[in-house]
Amino acid sequence: MTDRSCDVVIVGSGAGGGTVAHALSPLVRAGKRVLVLERGPRFDDREFTGRELEMAPALYADGGGFLTADGTMTLAFARAYGGSTVVYTGTSLVAPERVIRGWEVPGLTHDDVARRSAAYFAANNVHLLAPEEINDNNRLFVEGGRRAGFQVEQFPVNVKGCKGSSLCNLGCPNQAKQGTNRVQLPLAERNGVEVVTRAEVLGIDADRTVRVRVAERAADSKGRASEWSPGQYRIATRAVVLAGGAIGSPTLLLRSPFAPALRQLGRRFTCHPALILVAEHPRAITNDVGHPKSYFVDRARSEGFVLETCMYFPFTTAKSITGFGAPHSALMRAFPRLQMILVLACDHAAPENRVATDGAGRPVVHYSFDDRTVGGLVAGTRASAKIFFAAGATRVHAPFADPPLLERSDATLVDERVHAGHFRPGKTTISAAHLMGGCAMGRDAADSVTDSWGRVHGTPWLRVADASLFPDSLEINPYVTIMALADRVAEGLRQDLGTL
Amino acid sequence: MRSDGFGGAFRAIATTVVPEAERLDDREWGDLEGIIAAALAGRPPALVRQLRLLINALDWLPLLRYGRRLRALDAPRRTAFLAAVQDSPILLLRRGFWGLRTLILMGYYGREAAGREIGYRAAPAGWEARR
Repeated sequence: MTDRSCDVVIVGSGAGGGTVAHALSPLVRAGKRVLVLERGPRFDDREFTGRELEMAPALYADGGGFLTADGTMTLAFARAYGGSTVVYTGTSLVAPERVIRGWEVPGLTHDDVARRSAAYFAANNVHLLAPEEINDNNRLFVEGGRRAGFQVEQFPVNVKGCKGSSLCNLGCPNQAKQGTNRVQLPLAERNGVEVVTRAEVLGIDADRTVRVRVAERAADSKGRASEWSPGQYRIATRAVVLAGGAIGSPTLLLRSPFAPALRQLGRRFTCHPALILVAEHPRAITNDVGHPKSYFVDRARSEGFVLETCMYFPFTTAKSITGFGAPHSALMRAFPRLQMILVLACDHAAPENRVATDGAGRPVVHYSFDDRTVGGLVAGTRASAKIFFAAGATRVHAPFADPPLLERSDATLVDERVHAGHFRPGKTTISAAHLMGGCAMGRDAADSVTDSWGRVHGTPWLRVADASLFPDSLEINPYVTIMALADRVAEGLRQDLGTL
Repeated sequence: MRSDGFGGAFRAIATTVVPEAERLDDREWGDLEGIIAAALAGRPPALVRQLRLLINALDWLPLLRYGRRLRALDAPRRTAFLAAVQDSPILLLRRGFWGLRTLILMGYYGREAAGREIGYRAAPAGWEARR
């Protein structure tokens, strides 16, 4: 065991941790030591090959297939320098006013979130792609959506020099996405913040020590060796900022001596459960080239779903199509003619949905689909089918129909063919990548884990700065809001550090 | 996971899930099974044991209905049997088959050759690669 010391330990380097690292970096010039511990490795640019089965296991926990406790949904979250900002599509939206108001967190206003979000729009080069950068997959969504009567909006994205590889979710091979691995972390390191990769935090003790295991780089693995020698470390610190995400942060706290006093710990977990839908067109379209996620339809408030354009890789597409055998193969062989839409259900915090730990302290996510969430998936599937057909598709894959393929002759029967009675957990592939809650903000320990500044109730030197702070689903893509809240947490910590 | 460990049951299920797998040669089967083995390598040993148990159960259960093991059934009966498992009222069976199906799809479509066969052309060079 090696002993180290510093002023602030930040656990995680994604949208939360990377933001805090940069925002605290002025403290380093004032003589403070700020340390970021990231469980994943730091990749060299040339290692982002875009090959699905090479990148997914390297970047994602369990290769992107982390299962919920009952095995009916997979959760995707990354472990890398930059966290999940390495694998998102860079879609940048400000939190809706009604959502922040609905969270009812004392002291947190939408104005504050919006102001901080705007700063990250500027820092991350957020803009709308030009029309010539939009591929057919996205264009058909716009045309079909408008014909079917939906309000289609363009995503602002945070890319710089995007070549349109379509490989965002496997880590951009051209380093175009302006995630924390490209913007905030390099700036923080230039200012003297130390980032240690392959560093797994084992525990946080009441005497303000952080126990860490630095892993060795396996000979055949991607990513650089850690900046520190492999082995166990004990780091004495004045403050700890947890930014390990909606699974990592609650898990660390559940393993800590603070857990018994935090009755809401692990609760309020939401994740925007998602379906990947595909439809077949009569001619080839540009789908696996160009930015994959350029447009969306927001029906969160009225119908509990959001539709987003998307494009995935052969295995991810194959597992998302319900069923097997000849009908499944026929859709896969139509790959150059496939249009894709991602349906996100806007789920809401429910008592049974929570992060817990098993006997070995590993995370276990309990999640069951309530009627409202299933309703969002069904309504989103119906809307997608109408958009697909309006765009000219000849066949639509609809997992909540039986059989799960709608032919063009079914175009007027979508509402009858697609319904919740066909939802069978464990049969349909449902995945989620917007993991939220578990260390919710609120008034006090009776209703939450932290206050609106990310201070853990009863332990002011312990802060949280990631999506686990969300008391309920955000109903949009979350990274900008995570950065805004992390900026707020960093501001509070800068003010308080002298007294901790 | 090596299919020889199941005496043909795994390949019978795999070729029902992806009929094109019938055309794979021994080297390509090796690639498919190697991908699955790599995916399972980091998973708890109990999961691998459960998977083996499931494959054996799927092989023997058709005996009750068809008087033959799965591997001895013709393709339409295999398909009908596995479709019934996929729609089973028992969650454990549904999710078990979903997991096995997912592994088979990973093994098949995770091969670069399968990507080329279905016309998948994504490349780091993006638009430049299409001009």
